[in-house]
Amino acid sequence: MRKYKIDHNFKLVTIIELYAQWIREGKLVVNADWNRDLKVKFTVQDPCNIGRKAGTNRIVDDLRFVLKAAIGEENFREMAPNRANNFCCGGGGGALQAGHTDQRKAYGKIKFDQVMETGAQYVIAPCHNCHAQIEDMGAHYGGAYHVVHLWTILCLAMGILDENERSYLGPDLAMVGL
Amino acid sequence: MARVIDIDDCTCELKEQITHLLPDANLDLCLTCGTCTGGCPASEQYDMDPRRFLRMVVLGMDDEVRNSPWAWVCTMCARCKHACPMDIDIPKLIYNVRASLPREERPKGIRGSCDQHIKAGNAMGVPRDDFIFTVEDVAEEIRENQPAFKDLKVSVDRKGTAMVLNQNSREPVTEPDELGPLWKILHLVDADWTYPSVMWAGENYCMFLADDEGWRYILEEFVHHVDINLKSPLVVNTE
Repeated sequence: MRKYKIDHNFKLVTIIELYAQWIREGKLVVNADWNRDLKVKFTVQDPCNIGRKAGTNRIVDDLRFVLKAAIGEENFREMAPNRANNFCCGGGGGALQAGHTDQRKAYGKIKFDQVMETGAQYVIAPCHNCHAQIEDMGAHYGGAYHVVHLWTILCLAMGILDENERSYLGPDLAMVGL
Repeated sequence: MARVIDIDDCTCELKEQITHLLPDANLDLCLTCGTCTGGCPASEQYDMDPRRFLRMVVLGMDDEVRNSPWAWVCTMCARCKHACPMDIDIPKLIYNVRASLPREERPKGIRGSCDQHIKAGNAMGVPRDDFIFTVEDVAEEIRENQPAFKDLKVSVDRKGTAMVLNQNSREPVTEPDELGPLWKILHLVDADWTYPSVMWAGENYCMFLADDEGWRYILEEFVHHVDINLKSPLVVNTE
């Protein structure tokens, strides 16, 4: 909208910032008790658009705050590098539909190695390009991790995740809280 | 084989054109240090990297630049710009090289998604009524099967709500059950929200296609719908 100088009255935010705000205000009560003994490890992919391109780490820091509230600080694993310095997954900018599949996979190998290095079983990738690309890299290079939405893990942590909302969870979490 | 490039004779049309559009892109300031290339995951694909790409533009190798598919392997992630000591805007250079190609020569997959978005308001081409039906249907299922959420409310185009949400079209189309957890969270915090029926999808392949006209159209339609029709003060990106 800035690019084309289109005036607008509304403000634009990400749902991640709202989750963080609701948790801080106590409106959303999330805790990590479910994962105290399970110790399932999570990492996050910092999408370029809300990390580096946002010009601030505010949103990706909120992402960590929200996720840690839901899984426990001790079960969070950082990729390196991360936040503003993070590597793009290789699925952005239209790459998923650009047709240069071999090149996209070679590009994505860097992200795959980063994820594997964390040892995490779950990746939160709050951008659909990242989500699809990291899932695809896992299938292609043989990673056992799962890519899931943040809302899935928040609902899991609040004990309100229904049976048919668990398609993307691994067998380790398929029954948790049911 | 090395090729002699006569700088005095260089027409550098692409560079002139892009410099005109992007006076702040600093294309001439490159020190050839290679920091961009060292940190770029697309380096070496198709024997190309950001430094080489920029040098080729600056040296007027316009045909070679346009014929390289590399502009579509680069994801415009801006890691190069972030690291560049001269703040050269390589992502915008890439965007404008994409835009300099005839539309029909840009990748078919991206073009198809952009065309669908212009027509239907989402990259997957879902008709408006199908989107509304899916939303209502999934919500009804939750109300029936999950007693704690028997009062769950969803809406499309409700006016004057505190927030308007976009939604990537992948969810309603290929994995509608993924919508439930988001709505339940919104329900718990008593959020006053709605989906727009116009340009409701979170993705935007016209931006990737470097289709300025299409991208602008999508934004204008969306802004008009939210500001004028729905009169909501907040738009929430749900990705």
